[in-house]
Amino acid sequence: MAESETPLLDELEKGEWPSFVKDMKQAAEKKPMAKDLLRQLELSYKEKIGHWKHGGIVGVKGYGGGVIGRYSDRPDLFPGVAHFHTMRVNHPTGWFYTTKALRTLCDIWDKHGSGLTNMHGSTGDIILLGTSTDHLQSCFDDLSDAGFDLGGSGSALRTPSACVGPARCEWACIDSLNICYDITMSFQDQLHRPMFPYKFKIKVSGCANDCVASIARSDFSIIGTWKGKIQIDQKEVQAYAASGLDVQAEVTDLCPTKCMTWDEKAKTLAIEDADCTRCMHCINMMPKALRQGKEKGATLLIGGKAPIVQGALLSTVIVPFMKLEPPYQELKDLILKILDWWDEHGKMRERVGELINRVGMRTFLKDIGLKPAPQMVKNPRTNPYVFFWPEEIKKEVK
Amino acid sequence: MAKTDIGPPNYKNFMPPVIQKNYGKWQYHEILQPGLLKHVGETGEELYTVRAGSPRLMSTDHIREICEIAEKYCDGYLRFTSRHNIEFLLTDKSKIEPLIAELKSKKYPVGGTGHCVTNIVHTQGWVHCHTPATDASGPVKAVMDELHEYFSTMTMPSQVRIALACCLNMCGAVHCSDIAILGIHRTVPKPDHSRVPNVCEIPTTVASCPTGAIRPDPKTKSVTINEEKCMYCGNCYTVCPALPLADPENDGISIWVGGKVSNARSAPMFSKLAIPFLPNNPPRWPETVAAVKNILETYAKHARKHERMGEWINRISWERFFRLTGIEFTDKHIDDFTTAPETYRTTTQFKWG
Repeated sequence: MAESETPLLDELEKGEWPSFVKDMKQAAEKKPMAKDLLRQLELSYKEKIGHWKHGGIVGVKGYGGGVIGRYSDRPDLFPGVAHFHTMRVNHPTGWFYTTKALRTLCDIWDKHGSGLTNMHGSTGDIILLGTSTDHLQSCFDDLSDAGFDLGGSGSALRTPSACVGPARCEWACIDSLNICYDITMSFQDQLHRPMFPYKFKIKVSGCANDCVASIARSDFSIIGTWKGKIQIDQKEVQAYAASGLDVQAEVTDLCPTKCMTWDEKAKTLAIEDADCTRCMHCINMMPKALRQGKEKGATLLIGGKAPIVQGALLSTVIVPFMKLEPPYQELKDLILKILDWWDEHGKMRERVGELINRVGMRTFLKDIGLKPAPQMVKNPRTNPYVFFWPEEIKKEVK
Repeated sequence: MAKTDIGPPNYKNFMPPVIQKNYGKWQYHEILQPGLLKHVGETGEELYTVRAGSPRLMSTDHIREICEIAEKYCDGYLRFTSRHNIEFLLTDKSKIEPLIAELKSKKYPVGGTGHCVTNIVHTQGWVHCHTPATDASGPVKAVMDELHEYFSTMTMPSQVRIALACCLNMCGAVHCSDIAILGIHRTVPKPDHSRVPNVCEIPTTVASCPTGAIRPDPKTKSVTINEEKCMYCGNCYTVCPALPLADPENDGISIWVGGKVSNARSAPMFSKLAIPFLPNNPPRWPETVAAVKNILETYAKHARKHERMGEWINRISWERFFRLTGIEFTDKHIDDFTTAPETYRTTTQFKWG
């Protein structure tokens, strides 16, 4: 038997969890470039260092992004991956597929690329992992003919993403899928032609459980919420209690606002709705018994990001409640206004959250035309270094 | 020429009829067993979801195999989750057991629901990135091989979200995870003075540094880096390819704990540093695997029901976290970035460990 070329990676074919090495080997059997990818990765495992050069500018006609240039730093050893670019394909909202659509994607990628993918990339796109420069345009053409389009990259709007929403979740306070799809279709230009100081991400979650990590991972977070009373079905609460749920210990004691009381004798649950902060815990625990209030909408937050450059930020509240019904004009107008403001004032590679921290939230709110509200802060300022606007100060009378 | 700006395919065309009919009208759901969800609509119609793990890095052959399974049991409908799991969507109750049996026979882990360790969100690593401090797929595979039983059971106190990013750019946005595995560099970029003038814009490179460690050097038309100020974030390398900072012996992995994204009970939280450095030890990263397992099992043993990692630590205190896990507390754990002051203890209230 011939000795394996990839003894280190072979170790990762063992074990219970699905092995990416197995997938890479499957592709390597059909594609020389996938074979060289495997061999280059083995070298990385041996040397404990990556072997990709900094990306170059490659792309398809009419777009400024969607393709990530990638070149091997050892093309002498691995000519198959001398150039090996990634194509980001905008995923169907909610990551729903028919097998017909998936098979079409596979056929296109077998024809043009390495046969390797990520399902999915971190921002949500379908990642087609590695093809040569001469295949980029023809691959895009085939994708477009099949009804697919590229996603965002670089200093652009990145591919928006949404949780499964009303398609399969009783907790969706907003139509996260339709909002995400509408924004994606409305902002195609911003998505495909980088024109901003840096990246801009939008993520839509149907409720405060935030299954797409909107508050942590998007510059503009849209998170469903409600007003009004949580609807209680006492019979179903009793059924949960009867089936072994300790309502006191597991539900009411864990309520962060202590707005709930469980009467063990009468087996009834009461909620002081005015004190509820809509965290979702009780509803998560008893989906059959508790339903959200009837007036649905979203809280809008801004500035979430990972550490580069000035440190990680969580998004912060800028609109406590907005009703979101098609065609979502108020929402889209607000996003456009924020993009314009950021574009005008942001430095290169400054995310919108960092810009707000630099110039101050009061300036942001004033420029965008948003009214300050206590819901925007954890507490008012504790330092006395208060700025006033010139018009708020009495001018000296001469 | 092909059409541009057509956007993604309309998701509505990819939904099974039961979802089209019950869109926005779901009444409640139950987790029937690990990896199996039942959603019930207002009309009483039922949708079953079988969730299975994937390696994220998938061949077209693998995707076609998934398609075959979905055609056999789900009329050709499926979806993926935000954590790289595959969801088979079906209405015919009688097909659930055979589907799960086929998935298991083909070595798909079935689970990822409720109080479990679900799939690890991760990045490209050495497979396809130019700035990694570690691999992504390899450590994930090694960790999940060790933790797979927690994927297919629901024995954790609460959900456990593990994520891996192979450098500080955090494509995997690991900064709000119960356990985050983060690749870090520990050496100062080495300017290639022959290339900097040609491939880099000096003002942009200087401005890219969060700590002001980069200065232009008019003599060489290149830059100099103040080693005392540099914290190896790699931001300069992103804008200037002639400033490489990868170093096989000094790059490695750090472990962060206690973050969460959900607003349930407590507010979202950042992950905090638990272990500043573990070596890159391919192909199986044994130090990383052991560290993650230790933290996870300590949490599982001590946390109360429904308590996320961060909620547990906030209740018991960090001093006790370090004692229970046996992790050494060092000067690396004490913040010295702009965010530092808010992390210092400003009370005499603390525990002895």
